[in-house]
Amino acid sequence: MRGSLENVVVEGVSRFLVPFIQIFALYVITHGHYGPGGGFQGGVILAASIMLLRLSLGEEYEHRRFSPTLATVVAAVGILIYAVAGLLPLAWGGNFLDYAYLPIPGLSAAELRYHGILIVETGVGLVVWGTLVILFDHLMGSEP
Amino acid sequence: MNWITGTVLALFFGLLVYAESDLPDSREASAPARTHIVPRYVEQSYPETHTPNIVTSVLADYRGYDTLGETVVILTAGIAVILILPRSGRRQ
Repeated sequence: MRGSLENVVVEGVSRFLVPFIQIFALYVITHGHYGPGGGFQGGVILAASIMLLRLSLGEEYEHRRFSPTLATVVAAVGILIYAVAGLLPLAWGGNFLDYAYLPIPGLSAAELRYHGILIVETGVGLVVWGTLVILFDHLMGSEP
Repeated sequence: MNWITGTVLALFFGLLVYAESDLPDSREASAPARTHIVPRYVEQSYPETHTPNIVTSVLADYRGYDTLGETVVILTAGIAVILILPRSGRRQ
């Protein structure tokens, strides 16, 4: 089965749109410092791009590029990034999740907090991305 | 919906409206919600985190522990779906 819709227009438009959707998702994640956005919203948009590909290209084809196992790994790595960003300051003499004690040399405390927020938002985005793809795969009940 | 349920709902709605009329105006600067810790966030968020968006600095820095919990909840939901909805067990 080539795609669940088997329509060249749907397939072409999806292939064309997905890179823009994913770039917009990265923009939303990184722009959370300056406006509406952040890890939760960007992760949802990333997951929506994967779902669009699965609906338009067919799951058997799409699972070879982004497998359900990879989605689980992405979600787990996201929560690991968050937890490590919280535990590293603990090991370097600060409180849990006090980004001012992150071991990155050459930055002031405020800049360290700025980058700590970015690291944490990236972790949140990965968790939401992976989890929503997991939900989609299991609710669709497709073969692994 | 029988008449007992309707009466209880109407009475409770009336109670909520009565209680709401006694709440302070949240738009005033003297409201309790704006006098406790909010001024600290508004004044110190940028000097302390270099993040212009106060929502983000509160979400990920001042209240980072809460956000960690929220993220764990999301991941737990995904793991629960993996456990109770086997992917290959469709219409067995």
